[in-house]
Amino acid sequence: MTDQSVAAEPGKPRLSPRKKQQISRAVQYVVLVAVVVGVVLYADWTSLAQNFAKPDVAEKTLPELFTIALKNTIIYTVGGFVFAFLLGLVLALMRLSTVRPYRWISTLYIEIFRGLPALLIFLMITFLPLALPGFTVPGGTYGQAILGLGLVGAAYQAEVFRAGLQAVPKGQTEAARSLGMSAGRAQATVVIPQAIRIVIPPTTNQFVSLLKDSSLVLFLGVSGEYVELAKFGNDLASQYANATPIMVSGVTYLLVTIPLGHLANRLEKRKVRAR
Amino acid sequence: MTHAIEIKDLHKHFGMNEVLRGIDVTVEPGQVVCVIGPSGSGKSTLLRCVNLLEQPTRGKVLVEGVEITDPDADIDAVRRRIGMVFQQFNLFPHMTALQNVMIAQQRVLKRGRKEAEDVARTNLDRVGVGEKAASYPAQLSGGQQQRVAIARALAMSPDLMLFDEPTSALDPELVGDVLAVMRKLAEEGMTMLVVTHEMGFAREVADRVVFMDGGVIVEDGPPAQVIGAPQHERTRTFLRRVLHPED
Ligand SMILES: Nc1ncnc2c1ncn2[C@@H]1O[C@H](COP(=O)(O)OP(=O)(O)O)[C@@H](O)[C@H]1O
Ligand SMILES: [Mg+2]
Repeated sequence: MTDQSVAAEPGKPRLSPRKKQQISRAVQYVVLVAVVVGVVLYADWTSLAQNFAKPDVAEKTLPELFTIALKNTIIYTVGGFVFAFLLGLVLALMRLSTVRPYRWISTLYIEIFRGLPALLIFLMITFLPLALPGFTVPGGTYGQAILGLGLVGAAYQAEVFRAGLQAVPKGQTEAARSLGMSAGRAQATVVIPQAIRIVIPPTTNQFVSLLKDSSLVLFLGVSGEYVELAKFGNDLASQYANATPIMVSGVTYLLVTIPLGHLANRLEKRKVRAR
Repeated sequence: MTHAIEIKDLHKHFGMNEVLRGIDVTVEPGQVVCVIGPSGSGKSTLLRCVNLLEQPTRGKVLVEGVEITDPDADIDAVRRRIGMVFQQFNLFPHMTALQNVMIAQQRVLKRGRKEAEDVARTNLDRVGVGEKAASYPAQLSGGQQQRVAIARALAMSPDLMLFDEPTSALDPELVGDVLAVMRKLAEEGMTMLVVTHEMGFAREVADRVVFMDGGVIVEDGPPAQVIGAPQHERTRTFLRRVLHPED
């Protein structure tokens, strides 16, 4: 069929695949150049620079950008990460437990906290004192922020751990048990060391997620010495009626998130090679 | 004399599926018993019931006179005396061959590092992979991995060994090395219960051959009888298919 239809149009020369590819590439470059030229000609560069990259405003972010904002972002993130790591491990073990109610509780928790926007959790935390009169989250603002990030992060981290533990073949446990190891000993010497290698890359990605989510601390109504990068940038931007501080915090986030993302990729590649 | 293994009226269900329907087998100390039979007939399940990787539904398993199916039996202590070799090797991929053979000695038998290493090297030499001690499983051929797995079991000084199709996952040219190691073990007097499709090995090495089909034992006797002159049509059909797969 195809051969005939090609033969039926003798006047139309057929393009070789190579030729087609060259044309497609040329078209893509033309579109790119057109867009770039358009942006360069029509954007108001002076105004943009004035509003997003004003050197004297950028200078005003120092040194608090590092001494307060970045420091707090790191405290919130690391604190939330440790919380999420420990609670996530417990939830994962519960999810794999032979005790059915444990599985239910863990599944319910994971479904709820993965299904809700993280922002909503933070808003609810601000209402905790109303719901539980006399109750305050220990650690004040730091405690509230770490609780919020930890509760959300734990749901995702639990799934990371569960996937890691389940990725270790059943034959590994069986080999360990048939050598006379107890269930706990087999987990500790054979399963968990292998699971850890599997979960390191996704856990690094989880850390990056928490780092970005720490910007939600803004909604806890923090101020002064408790502000983190997002709130810090936002406050200064309002003060100077200029977006440069937000750009500066954005760049600060990227300085941390991009290297971590690359690290996760490298670890992932190494894991594939080791298998 | 106590039997090495005594299996009495063993039943195993997986849900509605009755996989073992009343198995009786005894293995005497020093004997090699080969279990043959079609895929799905329950051979692996039988073997796995002997070291309680599967919990029997009904019936008894005695190992050296001790009833391991007794709910109060110390399963870990029983398993220490039974070596198991799997079709898929199941070496620990995050440890070298040497560490694979040392770890249970150290953690279970509480042997010191030096002693565990000496025992490990002796057993790796014994199965012909002494020079691979520092290699990780991924760097070894299937035949070498399986021999490390045998060394790992032997290092625990087991009284008997279970083999579940130890050569089925190997490239044909590597089968011989593993069978040679098993043959040597048999000559040294190791008690062995072996699930295998290697009829040559069963015929030459086994004291008895057990033919299983559909969760029951159809024939049990010396190889010359079960393989050489089978009494049952099911055995004959199976052997025809295994020995002449082209027909
Ligand atoms: N863990 C299990 N859960 C459910 N069914 C199983 C399980 N293990 C084995 N079976 C079933 O038991 C039957 C016998 O399996 P197996 O003992 O592996 O046979 P063989 O080793 O002779 O090939 C098969 O039908 C298999 O599907
Ligand atoms: Mg099998």
